[in-house]
Formats: sequence, C-alpha cells, structure tokens
Amino acid sequence: MTTVQIGLPLPVLSKDWSAPTESNNTLTAATDRNIEPVGPHFLAHARRKRHKRTFSEDDRIQAQTNVKKVEDEDAGEISEPEDPLMLSRDAKDWKGQDHYAVLGLSKYRYKATEDQIKRAHRKKVLKHHPDKKAAAGGTEDDSFFKCIQKATEILSDPVKRRQFDSCDENADVEPPSKKETQKGNFYKLWGKVFEAEGRFSKNQPVPKLGNDKSTKEDVEHFYNFWYNFDSWRSFEYQDEDVPDDNENRDQKRHVERKNQNARRKKKTEDTARLRKLVDDALALDERIKKFRQAEHAQKNKKRLEKEAAAKREAEEAAKAKEEEAKLKAEQEIAEKAAKADGKKAKEAAKNAAKKNKRVVRGATKEANYFHSGGAASAAQIDSALNDTDLIITKIDSEELAALTAKLNGKKDLAEIKQIFLDEIKTLVSAGKLKEGEAKSLA
Amino acid sequence: MSEEESPAERVAIGISFGNSYSSIAYTSGEGKAEVIANEEGDRQIPSILSYVTGEEFQGTQAKAQLVRNAKNTVAYFRDFLGQDFKSIDPTPCHNSAHPLQHESTVAFKIKDKEDDTESTVTVSEITTRHLRKLKNSASDYLGKNVNAAVITVPTNFSDAQKEALSKAAKDAGIEVLQFINEPVAAVLAYDARPEAKLADKNIVVADLGGIRSDVAVIASRGGMYSILATAHDYDVGGAQLDQVLMDYFAKEFLKKWKNGGDPRSDDRASAKLKLESEAVKKALSIGSSANFSVESLSKGFDFTCSINRMRYETISAKVFAAFTRLVLNAVEKAQLDPLDISEIILAGGTAHTPRIASSLASAFPGSTTVLAPSTSPTAINPSELAARGAAIQASLIQEFETEDIEQSTHPMVTVTPHLARAIGVLCISSDESTGVFRHLVEAETPVPVRRTAIIATPREGGDVLVKICEGIRVIKVTKPEPKAKANGKAENDSDDDEDSDESDEEELREKTYKVENVLAEAALKGLSKGAKVELQINVAADLSCTFFAREVGGKVAVRGAWKAPGKA
Ligand SMILES: Nc1ncnc2c1ncn2[C@@H]1O[C@H](COP(=O)(O)OP(=O)(O)O)[C@@H](O)[C@H]1O
Ligand SMILES: [Mg+2]
Repeated sequence: MTTVQIGLPLPVLSKDWSAPTESNNTLTAATDRNIEPVGPHFLAHARRKRHKRTFSEDDRIQAQTNVKKVEDEDAGEISEPEDPLMLSRDAKDWKGQDHYAVLGLSKYRYKATEDQIKRAHRKKVLKHHPDKKAAAGGTEDDSFFKCIQKATEILSDPVKRRQFDSCDENADVEPPSKKETQKGNFYKLWGKVFEAEGRFSKNQPVPKLGNDKSTKEDVEHFYNFWYNFDSWRSFEYQDEDVPDDNENRDQKRHVERKNQNARRKKKTEDTARLRKLVDDALALDERIKKFRQAEHAQKNKKRLEKEAAAKREAEEAAKAKEEEAKLKAEQEIAEKAAKADGKKAKEAAKNAAKKNKRVVRGATKEANYFHSGGAASAAQIDSALNDTDLIITKIDSEELAALTAKLNGKKDLAEIKQIFLDEIKTLVSAGKLKEGEAKSLA
Repeated sequence: MSEEESPAERVAIGISFGNSYSSIAYTSGEGKAEVIANEEGDRQIPSILSYVTGEEFQGTQAKAQLVRNAKNTVAYFRDFLGQDFKSIDPTPCHNSAHPLQHESTVAFKIKDKEDDTESTVTVSEITTRHLRKLKNSASDYLGKNVNAAVITVPTNFSDAQKEALSKAAKDAGIEVLQFINEPVAAVLAYDARPEAKLADKNIVVADLGGIRSDVAVIASRGGMYSILATAHDYDVGGAQLDQVLMDYFAKEFLKKWKNGGDPRSDDRASAKLKLESEAVKKALSIGSSANFSVESLSKGFDFTCSINRMRYETISAKVFAAFTRLVLNAVEKAQLDPLDISEIILAGGTAHTPRIASSLASAFPGSTTVLAPSTSPTAINPSELAARGAAIQASLIQEFETEDIEQSTHPMVTVTPHLARAIGVLCISSDESTGVFRHLVEAETPVPVRRTAIIATPREGGDVLVKICEGIRVIKVTKPEPKAKANGKAENDSDDDEDSDESDEEELREKTYKVENVLAEAALKGLSKGAKVELQINVAADLSCTFFAREVGGKVAVRGAWKAPGKA
C-alpha cells in the first residue's frame, strides 16, 4: 500500500503540553463483513489468516453469525392478502385501479420506496405470470397480470406516480370534526392529517404538528409553513380521455381545453380546501389560546406594573410636594417669628439706646456741662450737650451701653469728665473723631 | 467426468455466463486477460441454444432462430438454474421456449432430436450444453482441453443456484474453481491493469445487462474488496431500450404501411422487429444515427427507417433516468453520499450507451470518475469486464489444490471486522473543533491493517503535536446566497413542468470529517526546517493499535498504543 501524503502541517506543540496519561479511548466497534475472496491481495490475506490451519463446518457457522448482510431478504414487509375482487379486475379500467393495492403496498402508498415498488412488482410477477397460471392448470387469463404491469408502469415513473398520488384518496386522512377534536386527541388526530397532507409539499421535510410542549416558535413556524404551503398536487390523473388523433380535431381540442379548465378548478379548490383545513386546526389548537393567554398575561403584567409604578411615582411626588410645603410653612413661621423678634430687639435696643443716651446726657448735666465752678452759661450748656450728642452719634449702641455702664451712678464731675475724655480719645484714635472737635471737652 | 483435475493438469479459463450473453476469457503467460472469440468471431456469445432437426446451434446463430423457430429456441435461462418454478419470472421468455415446471425444477419442452420428437430438457441440462459449447470454443482457441473455470455470478445468486451451476458445469467437463461475484470481477479487471494504482476508494459497479441491472457499492481497501450494498432491478435493462425502439419503429411502420398491421402483435414480425431494434440500439452507441432495415417485416412489407441519436435519447429518457436512480439508490443503501464514490465502473452490454454514462456523470460530483467507453478513453469494454476478472482470478488460483481454494474462501478467512470510522491525524490546529482531520485509514477498512502517511510540518520546524483521532465523515452543505427569488407564484398552465424549481439553486456540498474520539497524542520535538513527519498506524484484528511517528530520515521515533475495546 503506497503511503498517503498529507500536505497540511501538523500543529505546533503548545508550551504547556504534557504527555496525556494513557487514554482509555478505543476504536469504535467494528462491523463484521465478508471480504470478497478475489484478487492477489486477498490471497495474501488468506495465507496470513490461515497459516496452515484448516477450518471446519462449525467454524463456518460461527464466523457467519454476525456478518452484515448486503442482499435484501424478503422480510415479509410486502405481503397482504389479495382481494379476490381485485384479482378479477379488467386491466382496461386501469384508472380506477388502486395501484398500491395491486402491488400489495396498501399500507405504504406514497411512502413506498422505489426499491419496495420494484420488489413488490417482482413478487407479484413471480406469482401471477400467465405461464404460472397455465402450469397450475388455470386459465390463460392474464388480466390481473396486466394490472400489475400497469401499476408498476405508473408507480415506477416519478411523473406518473405523482399524478396518481395526487388523486390517491386512499392516502387521504379526513380531518376530524370539532367534536372529535375536543375529546382531547388534537395532536394525534390532526397530526395524521397534516402528515398525509404533507406528502404534497414541494418543500421537504414538512414540519410536524408537535404536541402541547411545542414552543411558540415551532407552532408559529408550523402554521406559517402551512399557510405558505407549496404543493405539487395536480389533477391530470382525473382527465377525461382525449379521443384518438384520427378523430375530429376540434373535438380533441375541446376535450383538452375542458381538461385544462377542470385541472385548474380542482387545483384552486384544493388550495382553498387546505387553507380551510389549516384554519380549522388553528382554531382548535389549544396552544394558540395558551400562547395568547400567556401573551395577554404578559401584557397585563406589564400594564399593571406600569400603573403601579405611575401610582408610586405620583404618590411620591405628592408626598414630596407636601413636605416641601410644610417645610416652607415652617420656614415662613420661623422667619416671621425671627422678624418679630428682631423688631422687639430693635425696639428694645432703641429703647435702651434712648435710655443710655439719656444717661449719658444726664451725666453731662451731672458734670455741670464740663464747666468747673458755678453755673454753666447757656452757650456752655449747648456746646457740652452738642459734644455729648456728637460722641453718641459716633459710637454704636454697644459702645453706648458700655459708656453708659461706666457713667452709671457716677456723680463726681472730674470722674465723669475723665470718662468722656477717654471716650473721645478712643474715638480719635479710631479715626472717628478729630482732635479738638469736641470743643467743650478740649 | 468424475474426478477433479490435479492442479498440474488444469487448463482454466474465466467464464461470464449471463442471461443474454456469455463470454470466455483466459490469461496469457504475461498475465494479460484476453476475451476469446468463438468460431463465428463473437466475443459476446448470446446465451441461446436452438435446435433444428436435431442440430444444435448456439450464440448468434441460435438467436437468429428466434424468428422462425422460437419454440425450439431456449433463451434467458441462467436465472432459472437452481430455482423452483414458483420463484422464476418467465417474462423474458415470451418470444422463445417457455419455462415449465418439471418435478422440482424448471424445464423446456423442445424438439431437440433428429426425429423432431418433443423432449423435456431441464434448465440444468440446457446450461450444461451451453457451457460445453463455450468450453469447446475456448479449447479450440487455446489448443488445449479446457477443464476448469472461474465463473462469475450475480451477488444475489443463492447457494442452491451456485450448486446447480457447479453441477451443470461439471457435467460439461468443467471444474468450477470458484464462483466470484460479477461486480467484483469487474473491479479486479481494472485493478489488474499494470497502470492501476493501489488506493483506498469506494467504487460503484453498475452492471447494466439485458434483462436485469445490478449495482454493487464496493469498498476497495488496499486491494481487498468488501461489498457494502447491492441493488437489483429486473425492470430496467437493455430489453427496455429494445422495447422503446420496437414501439418507435412499429409506429413508424404503421404510419408508412396502413395495412401492414402492427408488427408487435405477430410473433414472427415481433421477433424480427426486436432483433433489428437491438442492432440499431447497438449502432447508436457508436454512431450519431442508425438504420433500421427489415425485409418483409410484417405482412410482406419491407421497412427501412433511420433514427438519430438525439431522437433515440429523447424517447429513452425515462429508461435512462431509471438507471441513474438505481445507482443513486444503491449508494444511499450503503449509507454513503455520491461524494464518497471515487469511481463508477459501468459494466454489461447496456453500459456502452453514451447517454447512460453521461447522465450518471452529471448525477455525481466532478470528483467521481465514470469508467465507460464514452466518458473515459481508457475504459475497458464493459461487456468484457466480468470474463476478464474471472480469467484473472482463474490464473491466480489454478495451481491451488481444490481443498486449498475451499479453505481460503472459508468464512473464517473472509469474515473480517471492518472499521466503523476513519482513523487519522489532526493538522494545523491541535484543537479538535478547528483542527483539520486527515485520514490515514478509511472507514470500512478490514483489519488488521497498516497505513503510513508522510505529513508536512510548520515551515520553521520546531516542536509539533501528533494527535490521532477517529473521524466521522460528514457532508457539509452550503446553501448559496438566495438570489432574487424567482417569482413565487408562477402558476404554470402547461401540464408537464416537471420539478422546474429544483435545479436553480445549486447548493455546495463538500465532504469533511468530524473529529469524534481522540485516541492518542505524541510530541515530536526539534524538527528541522522543512521537515516531514512519517506516521504509521497499525490496527490489529482486535482493534488494538500501535503507532510510531518520526521525522523522515530521523533516527528517533515516538511510539504509542491504545487498547482493544472492552479491554480497558
Ligand atoms: N454496444 C452496445 N450498445 C448498447 N447496448 C448494447 C451494446 N452491446 C450490448 N448491448 C446490450 O446489452 C445487453 C446485454 O448485456 P450483457 O451484460 O451482455 O448481458 P447479460 O448480463 O444480460 O447477459 C443487451 O440488451 C444488449 O442489447
Ligand atoms: Mg450480466
């Protein structure tokens, strides 16, 4: 055996590769087959295998027990009792014949494989060939044999077979009534209907009806498929026979036209029939309701959630607003109170200042208007009072209060004057009064 | 005729014994198989015997008797041998001696004696007579008494049929060294050519005969052959093509001679029509047109008519399509895809038909070679494949003791485990999902087996990983970008628009492997630049394996093994 050349490179060994611990993987179980005892390589194989050994009949049986068979054996799959009425059919009426039944394939119908048809045909030929009947002392009647040939001619021609399958009523599964469906066998009953209808689909495989566990996507896909069904079904099998060409040509053309129209009409009716069938199934399909309800519930849930959220929001907003108002009100009250308090204090201060001023002025009088010896003249009195007022205007209420406190109860002239002088000194040093501005106290 | 010849005295030939035709072949001293022509110069000898006042005719001469002497002419009898009457199909004998039930076997009532008395001749006796004629032709040609043969049989020939054939041959003075399957003989005929290369491949042999067609899907592994599936069809063959032409010419005849009567409804006219139709059919395999010409076809009217290849192919389209479907069905039965088939060997007389070969070629991918005269210049004559294969096998075993042949073909030798999956190595990437699987051993290879591969390495050399896995063949289908969809509702009003929308969107189909089961890993380090790796895998009969890998020309090898299943 020549070596195989492999042009693709082996993979680079990764850095972290380590020899695997011996794997327990083994080859998949082999199939026992016969090798053909033919050719030089086989003979070499036989030499190796025998190696001077001889094998017995027992060995033969043992070796053959598990050999994979490659020749089909009649597994009895194509055997059904033959209806005597069918056996006496006239081959001329081949259009009315059930070709599958003739070949013993009633239970397979459109599902019969080409291979099954071939084998069924052979089986029937072996049994019904006119020579066999003659041998059995029967008549030379080959009518049923002709039926067999016709059935095979049609079923083994893909085009003719489709034409027959299109009109094979025996393969139809009538849709169940509403009542039957509602007994609870929807999937089983309708599944069969759709399986049968699916035989006409140009697109294979055809989706299955499924069951109550099917997903929404699957169910939607199913109905979409059936609402867009692409059917190869046609109705030429039911054509009226076109007269031989020797006959009147007009007549021939007339029949042909009639056939064309009939086919078209039947096709249209069939499309409508299927649509109605799908409509009916859809209407009875609990899953649709289930999905709709689920969808509804889903929608409702969303709506309720939305409403709740809105309510919560509104409530929160109201609450916030209320709080804000409360806060504002409180503030207002506080402010008002503060305002009122301020007024009182001011008034009190005013009053205090008035009182203080009076005390200060009184002290000026007490100090004999800063005039030593005798009564002070009017001018002196005026000047002293003016200066006193000057000081009062230059100091704030606190300084005034302090001054008042200093002066309070003081009777001594010189002491009082000294207090005033100190006050002036403070004011002058603060730059609020010029030196000598208060003349009476100079 | 009792004892087998001792191997030293054997003169063995290959015989293809068909329902319609038989062939004899021998292998020359240089090991070349040659088909022998009989006295009439025929290499395809009709399997027909005919008796005229006690004189026996065979082959072409006997076939000619179908017109005048149909009742004493025996044809299409091979499949009756070893069968009971109940299980035979008498249909092909419609225009010759009819088979009858005779004791537990099939017989014919014919006047085969000089005195023209009718006698019942069993199918076994007919076969003996036919084989004796073949033996004599071969003996005459070789100048020695032929006394042994390898005979080809259909794959579904039962043991009873083989036994009956063996006995009939023995009665004709022929020791049957071995029966070999017809399709396998065809493969052997190709593989025995000096230019043939030994390769693992799947082959379809489509044997299209006269009254049956047989297809076999064969795994060819290292020169050994295992049949994976077969299909048999008794309703498509050369006879159906003859029938198409008979119908055509009968209608043409009726057009020309209104009073000629339908030649199909008269036995003699029908026989003439059939013979000439077959001749026209054969001529159309080579020429682009052929002439039908029969003197006094029906009611004394002569008829000539020509037909061209195109017309013939048109009226036979259905039969041709049936051949293609039969082959595709067989491939499907073998659980293979057309992409798995490397070669289709067309065998049998009908395989000469160019259109059958070209239809098959277009039903299969470009990677499938169709070996037929019209598609491959190096094809072997399909009518000779079986006989040649038989002659080659005869030359291989003629020196064996009978006992040795018997023991070598014993099921203890032939029944062999075949691998369920391919074994190979991962390339490019070490990841099973992205690495590319390359097989060393194909699925359906019988074990024990040894296979070696020479594998490339990364350009720079260095360290590489050898990862051995099982692979499952998968067909990757890529749908083309949907083109602007052809208008959905093209409700055609013409009645026969067969599957019009099937072929417009060709999908791309490729054969790849899916890695299923990592069996072993080994590292090869320090490879030089441009190095190649040699990997050898040995699978034992119990499916335990050993392997080694090394740089080509290098001295060190890494080795590994894995166990037989169920022995962990
Ligand atoms: N050159 C040819 N072209 C077309 N058909 C042919 C040719 N040669 C032989 N045949 C047809 O092949 C059929 C016989 O095939 P063959 O393999 O020899 O027979 P069988 O296996 O039935 O004995 C007949 O129908 C015959 O007409
Ligand atoms: Mg053949």
